[in-house]
Amino acid sequence: MASIQDKALYDPVDGRPTLILGAPDFHAVTEAVARPIEQKTPAGWWFFFLPSVALLGLLGVAVAWLFWEGIGIWGLNVPVGWAWDITNFVFWVGIGHAGTLISAILFLFRQKWRTSINRAAEAMTIFAVMCALIFPGIHVGRVWVAYWMFPLPNQMGMWPNFRSPLLWDVFAVSIYGTVSVLFWYVGLIPDLATFRDRAKTRLRRLAYGIFAMGWRGSNRHWQHYEVAYLILAGLATPLVLSVHSIVSMDFAVSQLPGWHTTIFPPYFVAGAIFSGFAMVVTLMVICRHAFRMEHIITIRHFDYMAKIMLVTGTMVGYAYAIEFFIAWYSGNPYELFAFQNRAFGPYAWAYWTMITCNVVSPQIFWFERARKSIPLLFLLSIVINIGMWFERFVIIVSSLHRDFLPSAWSYFRPTVWDVSCLLGSFGLFFTMFCLFVRFVPMVATAEVKAILPQADPHHEVRPERAGTAAGTAPAGEGAY
Amino acid sequence: MPPLGHDLPEGPTFGVLAEFATPGELFRACERVRDAGYTLWDAHTPFPVHGLDRAMGMKRSVLPWIVLAMGLTGAAAGFALQTWVHSLGYPLVISGKPFFSWPAYVPVTFELGVLFGALGAVFGMLALNQLPMHYHPLFHSARFEKVTDDSFFVSIEVRDPRFDATATRRLLEDLGARHVEMVKS
Repeated sequence: MASIQDKALYDPVDGRPTLILGAPDFHAVTEAVARPIEQKTPAGWWFFFLPSVALLGLLGVAVAWLFWEGIGIWGLNVPVGWAWDITNFVFWVGIGHAGTLISAILFLFRQKWRTSINRAAEAMTIFAVMCALIFPGIHVGRVWVAYWMFPLPNQMGMWPNFRSPLLWDVFAVSIYGTVSVLFWYVGLIPDLATFRDRAKTRLRRLAYGIFAMGWRGSNRHWQHYEVAYLILAGLATPLVLSVHSIVSMDFAVSQLPGWHTTIFPPYFVAGAIFSGFAMVVTLMVICRHAFRMEHIITIRHFDYMAKIMLVTGTMVGYAYAIEFFIAWYSGNPYELFAFQNRAFGPYAWAYWTMITCNVVSPQIFWFERARKSIPLLFLLSIVINIGMWFERFVIIVSSLHRDFLPSAWSYFRPTVWDVSCLLGSFGLFFTMFCLFVRFVPMVATAEVKAILPQADPHHEVRPERAGTAAGTAPAGEGAY
Repeated sequence: MPPLGHDLPEGPTFGVLAEFATPGELFRACERVRDAGYTLWDAHTPFPVHGLDRAMGMKRSVLPWIVLAMGLTGAAAGFALQTWVHSLGYPLVISGKPFFSWPAYVPVTFELGVLFGALGAVFGMLALNQLPMHYHPLFHSARFEKVTDDSFFVSIEVRDPRFDATATRRLLEDLGARHVEMVKS
């Protein structure tokens, strides 16, 4: 691995170090991406897949028991009407956001480094949204009338209330899931064609061929394709910002102290990107090592992601501070009580866990050595996601458990079924991700080829810079 | 080319297919094929090659207009649905708000605009590209399998008014193609 890192070459056209290390040719990129799919199933894959499927089974049992018995099997009760269900929902939707940030927003900003990780991050988004959608679906209790959430004509002549943020949420999250799948699939088409053309067996040729839709790399197709991709990125960017804003309005539009806060939309979006990038780091550390992609997903990628985590983590910390300031500055005793209770009440342990994980721990990324240390990144990515789960728990439960009537105050304790649903959702997520890395190209092959120096048609007609391709930085220019 | 329906030449031969080794060679070949006045031809690459649209003399894509129309349709439909529900279909006073409380309609209007726009972008792109199209004469060529890996191709159809079996083939060979072949249809 160290030898690959040493071979950072310089792009002869723009003079920057190449994003993909080891100067592979186009065919080598295809081979590197194809290896995880075409090799014999590695033992390590089963090591992740089997426990994930077991947890997925646990989810099935927990949800089946929930449908049979009702939401009384969970630990929530008045005044804590929402607890782990909505915590898990907001947590999973948030995870998804980094995938769209990488695939859409970084695309609009022409951040070419995204090409190594965008496919896996988009897949992560889709699976996270699947996990998220489970919870609002099952938490309503009477699941057989869950279709009432949608504006469907019915014999009762009833329609949903479009003035409610809960209904905005139905539209926002389901459309977000749909657009994420479309965006991911459009990006996949050329790569599926690659696997169709490489297929050794008829079954593979058929399976990849059907989904490749007869793609033949035509430039007349690429033209419309690139426009479609750009537009999807342009649509997904405001969409992703709107989704977590609307999720935050589930809380902010209510009258409850601790929820009724105008800072929620930007604060939730920053937190979503924060936790999502942490999940991307967790997954990519494992994948690049397991599938030997250190030259495609490089230390530089982790460096950039650590910087984004530092920025968003600090933004989240700022939001925590401003909430307290406004609680005091508003002069509203209920608001001030809610926040004092949050930091020093019965849930203080959860609050300070959140602060430690989300605000304190990412500060180590001010140091370059920390941003480039894979073990530390892996550890912190998990710590951050624990913290972000606690953030949603703190917001939801600590605001609810002491309401306006002190005689109703209570303390929420999860039951085994709360825990089963949370663990089960991780089972669903990792089962899907394991299947994804085994059967779908994990790296956007066509896009990675397009950022190699030799992909530029004017690459070889610049002989005056040819010397820089030999592995040395051009004199007088910095590393970047 | 028509936006829908499969448009393939009749007769035994589809055209000539030339393989190039690098994007640069393909780029210069496309400029020359364009300047030679061919119209029914194409370039095939494993990834989008920067600037190739102009090297081929192609017009801009009309897709943005399709997306705009779809997006506006979705937003208008979303707003109309909410207005109809709360003013006509099921007028119900909820927390004292007016029936036509349009600011509350903004999120769903926006989301449906995005949904329709995204569907327009994907299905519009597929329609303009005449995809899915699982059969194409170029797939007869064994070398063409590398188009999704690391090879670059130019194909010129026999229907092109300037097509000439020997002259077109010689043009592509002179442009540095490493392999030229006729493809049956």
